[in-house]
Amino acid sequence: MDSSLPTPHDYSLTGPSSRYALEHGLANAEWYRAPIPRGKMKELMKRSDGPAIRDTIIWIAAFIVTGGLAFHFWPTAWCIPFFLAYGVLYGSSTDSRWHECGHGTAFKTAWMNDVVYQLACFMIMREPTVWRWSHTRHHTDTIIVGRDPEVAVMRPTVVLRVILMFFGVPQVWGAIKSMVRHAMGRLSPDEADYIPEMERAKVYRTARIWLVIHLAIIAFSIYVGSILPMLFVGPLPTMYGAWLHIVTGLTQHAGLPENVLDHRLNCRTVYMNPVMRFIYWNMNYHIEHHMFPMVPYHRLPELHEAMKPYCPPPYPSTIAAYAEIIPAIIRQIREPGWSIERPIPRDHPAHAVPAE
Amino acid sequence: MPNWIAACNIGDIEPEDVMRFDHGGRTFAIYRSPDDEYYATDGLCTHEKIHLADGLVMGNIIECPKHNGRFDYRTGEAKGAPVCVNLKVYEVKREGGKVMIDVG
Repeated sequence: MDSSLPTPHDYSLTGPSSRYALEHGLANAEWYRAPIPRGKMKELMKRSDGPAIRDTIIWIAAFIVTGGLAFHFWPTAWCIPFFLAYGVLYGSSTDSRWHECGHGTAFKTAWMNDVVYQLACFMIMREPTVWRWSHTRHHTDTIIVGRDPEVAVMRPTVVLRVILMFFGVPQVWGAIKSMVRHAMGRLSPDEADYIPEMERAKVYRTARIWLVIHLAIIAFSIYVGSILPMLFVGPLPTMYGAWLHIVTGLTQHAGLPENVLDHRLNCRTVYMNPVMRFIYWNMNYHIEHHMFPMVPYHRLPELHEAMKPYCPPPYPSTIAAYAEIIPAIIRQIREPGWSIERPIPRDHPAHAVPAE
Repeated sequence: MPNWIAACNIGDIEPEDVMRFDHGGRTFAIYRSPDDEYYATDGLCTHEKIHLADGLVMGNIIECPKHNGRFDYRTGEAKGAPVCVNLKVYEVKREGGKVMIDVG
């Protein structure tokens, strides 16, 4: 599939690709929606606290157990597996908690969503207000170049950047730069494009609080003469635990077309095992999530069943998804306009992109 | 000047639900509250042009199906980010088995 996007691609939100998207009806457009009956959708969108409370208790318990054992065995080599597990909780499971609580769908009770959202944001180093608005845009203009601030693998692919993402390097470096910029009361031009004026004071306040916390952790580490506090809180666990959320996260859109108005074309649904689904809070049902974002994570398997007749076949495993993703992103080094084409059921054709 | 239009039959909407109503090139959302009162607002979210009739009614709140923007559909009040602008509301009355809204 070849896109008609101007090359080289410009992923900033204020450049030529942004103008192209606005001029060609790609921004804030109408997207394909599977014709799921209203009664079914109402049932699926209904909120409850139970599943997320259960999962959050398990989540916190897992932090205590892995963190406690890592602390207990420090500084012997026995602490390593526990730090690895703790890191996955800190740097990867927080991606899905940030995400679901940001949508306001994980819990029925608003303050519960807010508490877990703030906690997860701190751990994964995503400023809560900035990322709430960036994700809002991601859902409005999913993988529309020049509009979506959350394109994970930009084209042409920079392989080194993708590899470094598994260690959290570009994410944490970007987060530190943003935190300092926000603490100084400034936004980037892209951020200014999607964060309304009335929300900006919150960004600056949070950045200043976070900066103090991070500096306090560093100071405490120096005071006790050990790196241990920094292995538990701050950029280090965000980095050494990042790999799993990149493994799961890249399955969402990597290699799929840009500038289409149909989530069946630019999202993947991948079957994953229960442990991965617990950490990822069912975001492997990604077509379903994008088409109906207000369905809580614990109802996505049911939505998946309802949407099956309208969707391409799901990938049977993460390995199957990567068997497609890796060659695709390598090919996109030299052919940035090329992308994977997903088979759409003939009776439910893809939503057309507005004509030139 | 009032301009009353029949939007639907009484009972067409389930309690605690919403229905889309298009008229004269405009789109509206008609609500039936849990206590069996009817209300009407503009049909599109003020944040982005998403039909609220695809959203979820929770008590007196309508939630946009796309971005979790919430409004009190009785007053149109925006309840927080990402919605910053209130929703326009319309007068509603019941007459002859119909739900009428004043689109004037």
